[in-house]
Amino acid sequence: MQMQRRLAQNREAARKSRLKKKAHIQQLESCRLKLVQVEQELDNTRQQGLHIGGGLDSNNLGFAGSANSEITTFKMEYEHWVEEQNRQILELNSALSAHISDIQIGELVNGIMNHYFKLFCMKSDAAKVDVFYVITGMWKTTSEQFFLWIGGFRPSELLKVLVPLIEPLTEEQRFDAYNLEKSCRQAEDALSLGMEKLQGMLTDTVAEGQLIEGIYTPHMDTAIERLEALASFVNQADHLRQETLQQMSRILTIRQTARWLLVLVIKCLHSKPCLEGPGAGKDVPYEV
Amino acid sequence: MDKVMRLASEKGVVIFTKSSCCLCYAVNILFQELGIRPMVHEIDQDPEGRDMEKALLRLGCTAPVPAVFIGGKLMGSTNEIMSLHLSGSLTQLLKPYQSRS
Repeated sequence: MQMQRRLAQNREAARKSRLKKKAHIQQLESCRLKLVQVEQELDNTRQQGLHIGGGLDSNNLGFAGSANSEITTFKMEYEHWVEEQNRQILELNSALSAHISDIQIGELVNGIMNHYFKLFCMKSDAAKVDVFYVITGMWKTTSEQFFLWIGGFRPSELLKVLVPLIEPLTEEQRFDAYNLEKSCRQAEDALSLGMEKLQGMLTDTVAEGQLIEGIYTPHMDTAIERLEALASFVNQADHLRQETLQQMSRILTIRQTARWLLVLVIKCLHSKPCLEGPGAGKDVPYEV
Repeated sequence: MDKVMRLASEKGVVIFTKSSCCLCYAVNILFQELGIRPMVHEIDQDPEGRDMEKALLRLGCTAPVPAVFIGGKLMGSTNEIMSLHLSGSLTQLLKPYQSRS
């Protein structure tokens, strides 16, 4: 057992190290490209007789994507995360059609939920490095980004779309699910209003920056405070998602939860948006 | 600390905030949506704010703001309030303090 565990740990460490190396090389390449770009821009502005340099640390404020190696690592870790989730979903799918006990189904369900919670941790770490990257869901497809709410799915929408698909429900379950949806909406509205206020404050912080010797300099202390506040909103949004998943698993039976997770991942995560032709409007492209 | 506990018992629902804290603002909005007018204390505007902040942390509040007290008892910060709300427990706790509008 000890030997096997050590081997598994070694494999994991080696995999992480390979990912890091890959990410580092990618970062070097994108930095090189960016340098070429910046040189070009400087030449242009110098010719215009005006010099407005990059006083804003573009990595910190995440303009136009991010060259951070941590973000590149996140993208790769996310791909790996999706692969693992696919494996779990296939396993759950076969388990539901086979004769296995509720307890075993429950273990698979817990595995999938914990896997989700791991994603929220990954996002929290990435938000510390580049919060705009996480809030705008830059690793997602454009149609997924369209439906985004603070860096992920909107819990109440998820409930509204998916609960009807796991009928039959008891009256009590339907009542609980309805109340959960209502509470989610209220919590989301409150967070959305808080975000709007924060966005206004961030704009003010940027506006209050000064041109010192032709270089734009923001009030870095305040700017950093605002960015940390933004990250805390992302964490709160993910916390809401986590709570929604947990509450649903309390309202539903184990098998219902299993079916609900299957529908959630298969229907929402992997359906391609179908906006034209005969299938138009059928698949709602929610990303979780 | 005495001041914190005294203020926390002044009204049914009391929230300690900081004026620049948008999560505090969000939590306040949620309470208003639920028919509550909480008493709000901005500790950054209070001369004893630093001590109050330490006291809140010592009482077990993770954040330290927003710090929500219901019936004089510390409920927690944003995380705890959101969890309570989604589980349906928050509305139950707030029943005695809701205003009829």
